[in-house]
Amino acid sequence: MDFNDTTEEAEFRAEARSFLEKHLEPKGAKPLRQRVSGEEFMKRAKDWQATKAKAGYAKITWPKEMGGRGGTPMQQVIWGQEEGKFDAPTGPFTIGLGMCIPTVIAFGSDEHKKRYVQKALMGEEIWCQLFSEPSAGSDVAGLKTRAVKDGDEWVINGQKVWTSGAHYSDYGILLVRTDPKAAKHKGLTMFIVDMKQQGVEARPIHQASGGREFNEVYFTDVRIPDSDRLGEVGQGWKVAIVTLMNERLAVGGSPGPDWSEIMTYAKDAGTISDSAFRDNLADWYVAAQGYKLTKLRTQTALSKGQTPGPENSIGKIITANQLQDICNSAIEMQDHYGLMTGDDMPADGLFQQSFMWAPGLRIAGGTDEILKNIIAERVLGLPQDVRVDKDIPFDELKQG
Amino acid sequence: MNFDFSDDQKFLGNEARKFLDGECTTQHVREVLNDDDKSHHEGVWQKVKEMGWLGTAIPEEHGGLGLGALELCVLAEEMGRALAPVPFASSVYFFAEGLMIAGSEAQKGAVLPGVASGDVIGCYAASEGPGNPDPAKLSVTFDGSKLSGTKIPVTDGDVATHAIVLAKEGSGASLVLVDLNADGVTRTSVKTLEPTRSHAEIKFDGAAGERLGEAGAGAELHDAIMNRAAVLLAFEQLGGATRCLEMATDYAKERYAFGRPIGGNQAIKHKLADMYVKNEVARSNCYYGAWALSTDAAELPEAAAAARLAASEAYWYASKENIQTHGGMGFTWEVDCHLFYRRAKLLAVQAGAPKVWKEKLVRALEMKNAA
Repeated sequence: MDFNDTTEEAEFRAEARSFLEKHLEPKGAKPLRQRVSGEEFMKRAKDWQATKAKAGYAKITWPKEMGGRGGTPMQQVIWGQEEGKFDAPTGPFTIGLGMCIPTVIAFGSDEHKKRYVQKALMGEEIWCQLFSEPSAGSDVAGLKTRAVKDGDEWVINGQKVWTSGAHYSDYGILLVRTDPKAAKHKGLTMFIVDMKQQGVEARPIHQASGGREFNEVYFTDVRIPDSDRLGEVGQGWKVAIVTLMNERLAVGGSPGPDWSEIMTYAKDAGTISDSAFRDNLADWYVAAQGYKLTKLRTQTALSKGQTPGPENSIGKIITANQLQDICNSAIEMQDHYGLMTGDDMPADGLFQQSFMWAPGLRIAGGTDEILKNIIAERVLGLPQDVRVDKDIPFDELKQG
Repeated sequence: MNFDFSDDQKFLGNEARKFLDGECTTQHVREVLNDDDKSHHEGVWQKVKEMGWLGTAIPEEHGGLGLGALELCVLAEEMGRALAPVPFASSVYFFAEGLMIAGSEAQKGAVLPGVASGDVIGCYAASEGPGNPDPAKLSVTFDGSKLSGTKIPVTDGDVATHAIVLAKEGSGASLVLVDLNADGVTRTSVKTLEPTRSHAEIKFDGAAGERLGEAGAGAELHDAIMNRAAVLLAFEQLGGATRCLEMATDYAKERYAFGRPIGGNQAIKHKLADMYVKNEVARSNCYYGAWALSTDAAELPEAAAAARLAASEAYWYASKENIQTHGGMGFTWEVDCHLFYRRAKLLAVQAGAPKVWKEKLVRALEMKNAA
């Protein structure tokens, strides 16, 4: 038992690090709050993506003919660890390369692959994922956006929501209902959609946190050629599952202040001797350490060329709840003063900011409740929830 | 990255599980539970001796197998899973490990071979009443050759042949090795929540003892022994918690109410998912504890504390919610749930309750932070 790289891993790490050092600045002492906005940021992000792709670091596990490196999952992990130590502007490409393009590769035609993969890899085109709707979140197969066949084209009408990066994306993968007479999961079809065309309108959502990072997207008589379909008509759910399987790999990272930040603050504030606080601090440390070490178990499996177990599924349940809890405690520790926001507050106001962000984190990418269902059903093998809508035509379902 | 047990270590664990599945069932556990005169299960104990497990981490020169802490961790998980009703933890995690840390070569040579063979059963006597024993305020005293005072409760204190006793000596504390069959030692069994592991009150009235380590080094040595035992106990807890999750999951699939398995209800599914999350947090922290233990890492204090805290929380949650998932059946004497509930509590308090370890952990983090 040790935490060392194998010889090959160490070589790859050194190689990755020297490449990164050549091109990027190391992260500052404080984590930068990466903002996916501003033209300058976007240019920097695209440049970095191209640099990375040319050197074969953009998608390490992809085969070389796809523009990847033909590397191992462990090399991908090592790359992520090393890139994370630098001020790397990667945000805009995470969803496209993590979820959309793998779906295009799995279900698209040769034309699609030729047309889209390389450009996405080089950072020339950005992708978004259009699944969720106002009435279809956890139960995403309940979506209502319609596609009606008209000759060789489909006409799309409806609304998507919580679409990250829709306003700067060039393309999206779009899940729509093609057959409302079929049962819920059976009437769906997946398409590639040009986000810059007539009839596609992205509007920022004003979030409870005050920010506007996400969009709702309206489709009004948008036309998509049938040749831009991914998978068969009516097989959209199967395609979406592949996309969502990739989501768990694409979403992650440290969401905000953790036990060490609140410990530092408590020390500065002179409240670290409070015994209730010390108990909480111990709990936070144990859970955070538990998840961190669980990732090392996953990496061990990857390093040995094995398939990791399901243990990594505990991650977001732990991190999102802990973030909310830590921010709440930090605010209460400051009493009435803790209500105030701004960069001049303790810890640069991160506790207050993340307090308002945390509720969203517990919902995005699978709510706590859905994640627990997944653990219960797929890991523990417990029965599925009752599905009263299972075999009923979609247009006869109760809605509200 | 190699944060896992080796194939050989996993093989050892699998073999141990197979063996215990046959030789240490909950029927064996109940034979001790249902008989006030039984301190442990002699049949299971004989088999454990024959397997050589008592000497797992004892060096070959002292009659052991000379394997490492990692092998012992693997076995501990299986012993915990099987609720083994034998003085294994007392004799191995506390007594033998304590001797190896604190004893002289002569003391090790004299006693460890007996532990490895099972002729010596050791225990560790620290508690003196309510509260975690404070090495600065002990009532049991040692004058350099004789012990006086009362320790209560001592796990396996009635069945043990020897004890390591934490005692006041002068203005400090020392560890003292005592032969419990010597003059001046009176032992009385005490009843506890967990009758499948026996407990005693031990009165010392001028009993002969010999110091382990330096005079006044007791507090430091006690802490070192607790850190090591905490990791091993955490593996026992992990084994028990894992089995509770399996029991609850199996039952939730089989038990029908309102026309379908109760495990189809989110109230049960989410409870069991919570159990899974806590168990995985415990497992990962346990592995880190095992690594720190086996490499004598500087991180051992926080690793041991985190392993113990995570495993105590996981076993507490899993054992109580296992009963809850079983409903009324879970509250009967015949169904095994309460055996795990009892064992979970013993393991959570016998080397310092969670409150104590939370404070130890935060102190360790503060030290690290200041460094």
